[in-house]
Order: sequence, then C-alpha cells, then structure tokens
Amino acid sequence: MAWVEETRLKDMPVYLDHAATSPIRPSVLAHYSKALEQVGNPASVHSFGQSSRQMLEEARETIAASIGCDRNEVIFTSGGTESDNLAVKGLYWQRHGQDRNRTLIVTSSAEHAAVLDAVNWLVTEQGAEAHFVSMNDDGVLDLAELAEVLEKRSDQIALITLMWANNEIGVVHPIQKITELARAYEIPVHSDAIAALGHIPVNFAASGLSAMTITGHKVGSPVGVGALILARSEKLTPVFHGGGQERNLRSGTPDAAAASAMALAVKEAVGEQAELEALHAILSVKLVSGVREVAPEVKFSSEHAPRLANNVHFRFPGCLGDSLLYLMDVNGVSISTGSACSAGVSSPSHVVLSLGANSDEAMGTMRITFGHNSTEADVDAFLEVFPKAYEGAKKAGLTRR
Amino acid sequence: MKILAAMSGGVDSAVAAARAVEAGHEVVGVHLALSRMPGTLRTGSRGCCTVEDSMDAQRAANKIGIPFYVWDFSERFKQDVVDDFIAEYSAGRTPNPCMRCNERIKFAALLEKALALGFDALCTGHYASVEKDAEGNLELHRSLAMTKDQSYVLGVLTEEQLKHSYFPIGKAANKDDIRKEAKDRELSVANKPDSYDICFIPEGDTRDWLSDKIELKPGSIVDSNGVELGKHDGALGYTVGQRKGLKIGAPAKDRQPRYVLEIRPKENVVVVGPEQALTISEISGEKFSWCGKAPENSSDWLEAEVQVRAHGESHPCKLRVTNGQMVIRPNMPIRGISPGQTAVVYLGSRVLGQTTIDKTVSAVLEQV
Repeated sequence: MAWVEETRLKDMPVYLDHAATSPIRPSVLAHYSKALEQVGNPASVHSFGQSSRQMLEEARETIAASIGCDRNEVIFTSGGTESDNLAVKGLYWQRHGQDRNRTLIVTSSAEHAAVLDAVNWLVTEQGAEAHFVSMNDDGVLDLAELAEVLEKRSDQIALITLMWANNEIGVVHPIQKITELARAYEIPVHSDAIAALGHIPVNFAASGLSAMTITGHKVGSPVGVGALILARSEKLTPVFHGGGQERNLRSGTPDAAAASAMALAVKEAVGEQAELEALHAILSVKLVSGVREVAPEVKFSSEHAPRLANNVHFRFPGCLGDSLLYLMDVNGVSISTGSACSAGVSSPSHVVLSLGANSDEAMGTMRITFGHNSTEADVDAFLEVFPKAYEGAKKAGLTRR
Repeated sequence: MKILAAMSGGVDSAVAAARAVEAGHEVVGVHLALSRMPGTLRTGSRGCCTVEDSMDAQRAANKIGIPFYVWDFSERFKQDVVDDFIAEYSAGRTPNPCMRCNERIKFAALLEKALALGFDALCTGHYASVEKDAEGNLELHRSLAMTKDQSYVLGVLTEEQLKHSYFPIGKAANKDDIRKEAKDRELSVANKPDSYDICFIPEGDTRDWLSDKIELKPGSIVDSNGVELGKHDGALGYTVGQRKGLKIGAPAKDRQPRYVLEIRPKENVVVVGPEQALTISEISGEKFSWCGKAPENSSDWLEAEVQVRAHGESHPCKLRVTNGQMVIRPNMPIRGISPGQTAVVYLGSRVLGQTTIDKTVSAVLEQV
C-alpha cells in the first residue's frame, strides 16, 4: 500500500458526500453565531420575545420567497425526517379520519426511509395499505400505472407521497405531472424535495403539491432544522402535541436562530442554483468519463433518465462498495456507498434493489454528490485515487466465494 | 506492517488494536456486521453483533486514533456459520460455530479481503500466541492466561493463516491485566462483561432457537438395546452427554441418572444410557488440519494431548492419520463427546492440529 503514502491527497481530504450533509456556508456560520446571541422565546410577549419572533418570521418569509410559497405555508421542524413523518402520518390521519374508506397510500419503494418507514408503520400498526408505483431500470416512475390506480381507487386513496429527486441515484421525478393526475380526484400529494432543493428549480406554488419536505443542512445550514411546506388549504393531524407553536400543527419552541440560518442557506442555494447546476454537470461528465476509462463495465445509474447534475451513482459489478469506500477514504477522498444503516454498515440499498438489481450488484455501489463548495480539483483528486482503489476493491471482491 | 484490527466492541480486541498501534504498525479498525438485522442494545452475555457493540468498537477506535470501518459479512456468516450450525444439528451432530467463524469468516473471508486490500496481517484479541520454533516455523501456543486460553478455537488455523495472524494480547497473564490496561487507556469498554453465548442465538437457548428452523417431530427415547423408555418432542437439538430435560418416566433399574448417548436423526431416535456408557476410547474425523508444520510421519502413532471443548481439560492421547482420517485414542477413556465437536490436539502448549469429530467409539460398548 505504498501508494497511500505517495499520494499527495492524504492530508487534503476531499468531501464528495454532500447528499449526506453539506458543509455549513461561511456566511451562514457567521450569521448563525450572531443569531444565537438573541435571547427570547418567539412566543413571549415582551420585547425579547418579539425580537426572536421577528427573526423567526423573517426566516419564514425568506424561505417562502425562495421556494415560491406563502409565508404561512412554512412550518419549521427539526429536519427532514420530522417533516416527512408529519406529512405522511398527519395527512393519513386527517384524511382517514374524515373518510374511513381512505386507507391507501400511494408511494414508491425507492423513497427515503423517513417516508418509507412512516408508510410501513401506518400499514403494520394503523391498518393502512400501500401501493408502490412501479419503476423502470432507471428509476423512472410508471405514470400510466399511477393514473390507473387513481382512476380505479381514487375514493380509497388517503395521499400520494413521491420524492422530487432521489437522494441515492439522483433520478428526478415529474412532480408537476403527478400533481396534475391527482388534482382531478382532489388527492393531496406530498413530496420529499430535500435532494432537489438547490440543485434543480423548486417552486412550491407551481408544483401543485399539497405538502413538501425540505431541510437546511443539505444546502449549508446547521443540522437540526427543516421545514414542511403545507398548502394553506391543507389540514393535517399533528404528530407532536403541545403548545401548537407552528400553525397549530407542530408544537415545541421554534429555534429562531436555526430557522434564520436555514433561511439564509436556502436563499443562497436557490440564488446560485442555476450556476451550480451548470458547474456540477461539467464535473459529473468529467467524473463519469474518467471512471468509465478505468472501469468500462461500470453502470451509471439512471443514465437515461432526467437526473440531478450533482449526483453520480455507480454500480460496479464484482466489487464491494465498502472496499471501494475504504480505499478511497484512506486516500483522502470521502464518498458514499449510497446507503447507510445505523450500525454504519453498507447493506444492499433498497433503492438499488428496487431498480431490479440483484443483491450482489446492489453491494457494489458508489455515490458521489457535489455541493456548494465542490470544485474541479475535487474531481481531479477523485480520478487520481480511483484507479488503484478500483483495482484493489476488485481484487478484494474476487475473494468472495 | 499494515495491520487490520478486527474489533468486536469488546475489551480484548480494543486493547489488542491499541497495542498494535503502540508497536508501531499502521492500523485500521474494522467491525464485522454479521447480522443483517442487528439488535440495538446488547443483551445477556453475547459479545458482538448489536449496534451497541459496533458503536463500542468505533468509540475504541476513535480513542486509539485509528480509522474505523464496518464491513458486512452477514451473508457469508449466514451461509458458512449459521446455516452450517442448523445443518449440523439436523444431522444429529453438535457443531462449534465459533470455530466455523474463525475458520471461514475471520481468518478466511476477512483475512483474504484484508490481504487483497493491501494489509499484511489481521489482528484480533484472542488469548493465544504465535511463536517460532528453532527453524523458524510458526507455531500456535496456549495463552498464559489459562482460564481465558482461546487456542482451542484457533486450532483450525493453517500455517498460511498463522503467517498473517497477530494476537497482541496472546501473552497476557490474565484478563484482569487487560481490563486494567483498557481502563488506563481510557477505553469505555474496560468494564464490558465477557461474552459466553453463541452470538446469533439471542436468549442462549439453542433448542428453542432451532425449533422453528428444523422440523422437530416427536419420537422415542430408547436404551442401547432399543427398548423404548420415553418420548421426546424432536431428537434434533439434544446433545450427547445431556442429562437434563429428558423427561423419562420410569427410573433406571440401577437408579442412576441417564444421559444422551447418541442421536439418530434418520430414525428420529434418542439413545440414552448410564454415565459410564458415555466414555469414549477413540475419536476420528476426516475434516482435519495441521496448525503450522505437519508432523513428519503422521501415519505413525504420536503421543499428544487432546481437548474436545473450548475450556475443557486436555487428555493424554495417541494420534495418527490413517485412511484419510485423523484417529485419536485417549490414554484413558474420556466422556461426553459428540460428533460435530472439534478435537484439538496439543504437543505441550503447542497446538498441533484439529479434526471435526465424525465418529466415536464407546469404551463400554467396545468391551461388550
């Protein structure tokens, strides 16, 4: 492993896992530490409380302006998982409570665990039923099938929840077409837009969605703050019970400073979205062609589908993702296998399996995701380390019986 | 050297990894995920396989200051250890899954992967030491910490595997010293309880765990003449030498307790008899290996010692290889041996080799 010592990258780690979390923006860090000095509970009547309230409401307005929604549609939460739970469970309980026949949740098997696990919980514990819309090998949803389910079972559907862009393989779903199909039946559609925000145009009003999940830390805010965007017309049953601070739908003292930091991050991310998308497209092309030169047998996931420019997802036959990750990481390039469970082990990804890949193929995955501070030098570093890492991982992969 | 330290989340492997770093090696820690559905917190006396154990290993690695990764061997573990365990019980044998794990996972799949990824050796927290003889041949020896000695479960290692094995705590005099060292190193696992049970059997109840994996049919419990003494609710899952839980109605004529002598899976019969019938005068097996250099002429009888369970005593014996089988004759008959178990043979403190036991010869029935 002499090449570990030889490489110049060892002491200059390269971060290419922005879909897991993105570095806090320097502007946001400065803004956030200042905001933390503000004392006062936004619900308090005195002047301290009013100052915090002002910070919180300005954050709400900034986010609303950035993503095309009404200020009252922004419900601050602790992050993406909470927002997804609030949307999925809250809409299900609301709609099922109004009409006991509405037990069906239409979703896909490639959703983020925060949606999928909430749906599974409603199925196993609450008598719900799930319909998983089929996908092709590129992860593209079968909208004809969705239309058919809507036509046949519209009076049983509680909600539709389909992500805007897939966090693992980067495929982008036609959210507007989905909401157009659902509109005729007045079925609410929720979308987890976390992977999309900052990377493709996201406009809540134009999308036709009833509810949309976003989070701050994937666009450069601190971790621990997110929002559910819920249409003014939409009602849902809360998950948390308490003081009813956020539109009576989410209780708990709002974190005004974090909300303010998130607002700045979202504003900056949306502001530079087109420019970053163009840059990331160039970086992706360079990275994919560089990898293909070394590993012509590689599969580039969702290659023929509309996809995020900041995401590159590979499947390498005959080698394990964890070997690749290890060899890249010890040489200073941090990437992801695309899925991680709580024990830190890379198990076969449910997303890749749902594309019809076998479990061996699902073990040989690698996800590279760019963010606000990614540069061409990162790709060069990746391509410098990759050939030997791939060679090593392939050798280790062959040791499996 | 470049060392891969296997870290279970226990105190021994953590101290071993720390010592490897101190010895000047470049060390990377790895925790093996052996279950696809790991539990959250450790229960009972199991020592690995939960998320808590994985996190303990990671905390130790952070403290020691080495990179740490979790590698998934759950599929291999299921095929090579868990399924083998079930198949062995289905065949009426009593397997040792820890030996299988060492033989097929830790010192096979993991070691191969480590070597392929550029490591020179695998470091574990086993209590046993690798030494060189006068000619430079590698030998595996018992630990000085006799109560913790784990040379038995490493008896399956071959010369090639010994070459790449590194046991930094193998010369420790006792476990208390290791715990103290862990405490001095401020490792949070210093006081973590020892593990005893089979890691993949949650409540430590093998029979209960097996019950939904192999078909258990009621059948007869008979004596060695074939006379029915009672009923069992499934022959598989009994262990040779077992006394408790036989549920035989009438007492034996001699009033002595009866023990399981044999399990016949095809006939679904459990054979029981008096304690003395458990004594074995010969054991043999075709799946044998030498730990390090093989004896020069293994077809001649060789004086050695044999141990048949992990923390059992060792018994003076003679052994040789004949017709592709390792045959072991204890000088004095020994009791409670079941096919499927492993016999590890020693020359003094050195592990000479091992065989999985296929056949046993009863000392009593032989005399009849």
